[in-house]
Amino acid sequence: MNRRTKSFLAGVRAEFPLLVGVFPFGLIYGALALESGLSAAPAQMMSSIVFAGSSQFVAAQMIHQSAPGLIIVLTIAVVNMRHLLYSASIAPYIEHLPTRWKTLLAYLLVDEVYATTIIHYEEDGFTPTSHWFFLGAGLALWTTWQVGTALGIFLGTAIPASWPLDFALPLTFIAMVTPVLKDYPVVAAAVSAGAVALIAYSLPFKLGLILAALIGIFVGTYLENRKSAKETL
Amino acid sequence: MNIWLTMILGGLLTYGMRLSFIYLFGRFEIPEVIRRALRFVPPAVLSAIVIPELLMPSGTLDFSLGNHRLLAGAVAILVAAWTKNTLLTILVGMAALTIFQFVF
Repeated sequence: MNRRTKSFLAGVRAEFPLLVGVFPFGLIYGALALESGLSAAPAQMMSSIVFAGSSQFVAAQMIHQSAPGLIIVLTIAVVNMRHLLYSASIAPYIEHLPTRWKTLLAYLLVDEVYATTIIHYEEDGFTPTSHWFFLGAGLALWTTWQVGTALGIFLGTAIPASWPLDFALPLTFIAMVTPVLKDYPVVAAAVSAGAVALIAYSLPFKLGLILAALIGIFVGTYLENRKSAKETL
Repeated sequence: MNIWLTMILGGLLTYGMRLSFIYLFGRFEIPEVIRRALRFVPPAVLSAIVIPELLMPSGTLDFSLGNHRLLAGAVAILVAAWTKNTLLTILVGMAALTIFQFVF
């Protein structure tokens, strides 16, 4: 097996545990999209055209409430604003790649793929084949999301509403964030972001999320600068 | 606006944001302070998503024992910290929520 294949399969394997959380989330999305009045084709296609779970839920809800199209477009954009941060964060690691790779990998840069890939880059540094890891993780997630959506559309209301399947997603995020909390600037970033997210929860268009993220990043960076300033004295 | 057009525009904007810095990087010098800040992106964004899910499952703050998601989330955090195992964290978290819903 050559190095590219190895790296690709390592990405698929690293993504696998997260898929256990993503798959039921795709199921619920598919079922909810139909309930919101979308027909099967646009419900399914939204999973590849928009390809961003939480914004698809919000969009489906807004379609149900017959919100104006332009407002839905803007809401999708605001809910997905965190992808700007992912893009900035992953960019230095794939800087050297040809444009066709960058355009493909950017499409796959959703929460769970970003989390897996950035951990891989931060721990193992980057090797000549590590973009194949990114691709493996991305395609594994993408395929799972499409299949989950399709099955959700197919099963529809046969999925009992009392099953708390939606909890699988916060659980995957807990599994990703907890092991990262190793030093106090990171813990402070997480805690302050969480606190702001609670306070700003009622802001429209999930703006509280992006505000909370920015404040968390600021707090972490500030504390780390202070820490390293002390260490160099 | 037509549903397809809405999805395509929303998708293009989303894709544009994912591509933005990946495309620009290397064409501009990124300030050192920004480079350092990027390390805090995952913990900040993920906590900002998770904490309200646990503490405000129905839209208002709920610290009571009746908040099953908070209890199950706490169990999941312990499992994640102890084992660093994603699959186990999700499975134990889901099992915990099911049990808490059944018991309380």
